Amino acid sequence: MSNVPAELKYSKNHEWVRVEDDGSLTVGITDHAQAALGDLVYVEAPEVGESYGAGDACAVVESVKAASDVYSPVAGEVIESHESLADEPEHVNEDPYGEGWIFRLRPDKPEDVDALLDVDGYQKMLEEEDV
Amino acid sequence: MHRPVNENWKQTTMLIFEHARQGRRAYAQAPAEKPAFDDIPEQFRRKAPPELPAVSELQVVRHYTRLSQKNFSIDTNFYPLGSCTMKYNPRACNTLAMLPGFLARHPLGPVDHGQGFLECMYELQDILQEVTGMAGVSLTPMAGAQGEFAGVAMIKAYHESRGDHERDEIIVPDAAHGTNPATAVMCGCKVREIPTGKDGDVDLEALRAVVGPKTAGIMLTNPSTVGVFDRKIEEMSKIVHEAGGLLYYDGANLNAILGKVRPGDMGFDVIHMNLHKTFSTPHGGGGPGSGAIGVSKRLKPFMPGPIVMKDGDGFRWSNRDELPNSIGRLSAFMGNAGVLLRAYIYARLLGRSGMQRVGEYATLNANYLMVKLREAGFDLAYPERRASHEFIVTLKRQAKETGVIATDYAKRLLDFGFHAPTMYFPLLVPECLLIEPTESEPKEELDGFVEAMATINREAETEPQTVKGAPYTLPVKRLDDVKAAKELDLAWRKANAA
Repeated sequence: MSNVPAELKYSKNHEWVRVEDDGSLTVGITDHAQAALGDLVYVEAPEVGESYGAGDACAVVESVKAASDVYSPVAGEVIESHESLADEPEHVNEDPYGEGWIFRLRPDKPEDVDALLDVDGYQKMLEEEDV
Repeated sequence: MHRPVNENWKQTTMLIFEHARQGRRAYAQAPAEKPAFDDIPEQFRRKAPPELPAVSELQVVRHYTRLSQKNFSIDTNFYPLGSCTMKYNPRACNTLAMLPGFLARHPLGPVDHGQGFLECMYELQDILQEVTGMAGVSLTPMAGAQGEFAGVAMIKAYHESRGDHERDEIIVPDAAHGTNPATAVMCGCKVREIPTGKDGDVDLEALRAVVGPKTAGIMLTNPSTVGVFDRKIEEMSKIVHEAGGLLYYDGANLNAILGKVRPGDMGFDVIHMNLHKTFSTPHGGGGPGSGAIGVSKRLKPFMPGPIVMKDGDGFRWSNRDELPNSIGRLSAFMGNAGVLLRAYIYARLLGRSGMQRVGEYATLNANYLMVKLREAGFDLAYPERRASHEFIVTLKRQAKETGVIATDYAKRLLDFGFHAPTMYFPLLVPECLLIEPTESEPKEELDGFVEAMATINREAETEPQTVKGAPYTLPVKRLDDVKAAKELDLAWRKANAA
């Protein structure tokens, strides 16, 4: 069973979201997502200053199996980008909720986060997907 | 004296440059006289001689013979790579395409010197048009991806020509080939992905929800990459056309329906054909390919040129006025001439009834293999459906129970002398193998494959480490995929020489 921390929010596309003290959001992909992808070989993090709508593709994770889009969990502007993952994508596999963070977002509407899944919702979704 | 195994292995994996010793050369192959190049202006002449490997003739022969023995090809082994249609390439196609008149023809020579070639191409256009039920064919695209590009570029050009400038969305089912969304993006369109239903057909409700005034078209593979024929294709065609969009047919899986169903009759407006798959020209290792396209009547003026025209008894290239709204040229001449010739000969050898048998036997082989694998204890991704030319086995259960994953099965198959099927594609099926036997394989070969798969299944339960460590019988063992992808090492440089 994959690791699903209780304090985070989750999207249906397997991104995790942490609400920081200043209201910004840190985003990465879940432990389940990194395990399904396998060893990553490249991460293309979004550019700082870009704005995305909820569900817009904004980053790419590429593994030995496949390249997948990472979607912006809510609408907002990118305020920090973990660009060094391009050279060290293994952080996403080794520490998906820590060193493997991909970008930070300033949400257009802070309340949008409430619509994301909580730990129970995400875990239930994983069970339904039978993984 | 036998050389130790590792020494032998090293010999056979060395680069030709690593065999080189200063001063060594193949005298018999060298020109008798130093060629004159007085007619090349001084500034264009190279200052230093090119870096050629200094090797003897025997070394060259051995080096390339060894390399050829390492080739894993359809000429040596079963190659069930899903969606790639690795079928037998009949020798007659090579022999006839290499007649001196074809080989010596210069593409810039006068048209009346190449009438035989042009006639073959004219007839190939006709045959492909008839087989697919389209209104026009252009042979120009050099490969499947370029055919796709041509197709979506034509769809865009069609909408633009009608002043319909808002249509910039291409709908792509999630079971599509990865090239489909890539093509849409290359052509400046946005991709709208729609899900596949549990039965493998496209979700019609999802389709209805995304079509609208921004819909440029939909890109479909039918049979799809999950190996089933979408039964609601007519309904889909209606939904997309009523919304003002066009239908693009990805011809990657045309082999399954050859001579049976025609994309034109299903309502498609444009199709690309992989002649290197369906029409059996040699492929693998990156080409050369052919992505000929077929179009419906309304897209005909937009075709990439040139195409071959007939005037009385003679043949010639089309001129610009004959394709007034052409999206332009895609290749310097007209595709890969040698590949097109082989496809033409293949089509003529088969004839109409032969093409039907291709579709029938490709489907029969796939269904036989699918049922045998199910009997051998494998789970099918779409157990309720009849396979078309390919089908999907999912190893999710094995992965959970034994820790042995699809990659391990694929690698272990190599030890049994079988090329691995396509793995981890399509992405929507976990731990999958996409298996396409094609019509050329005899029953014994299919039975051998089932036996190997059953053996690996047993090994996964009793000795999983054996499977996880495979392959054992090839020149290189399990590779470090991550390192290979991150630290590409493809080009020889002098500084690297041993």
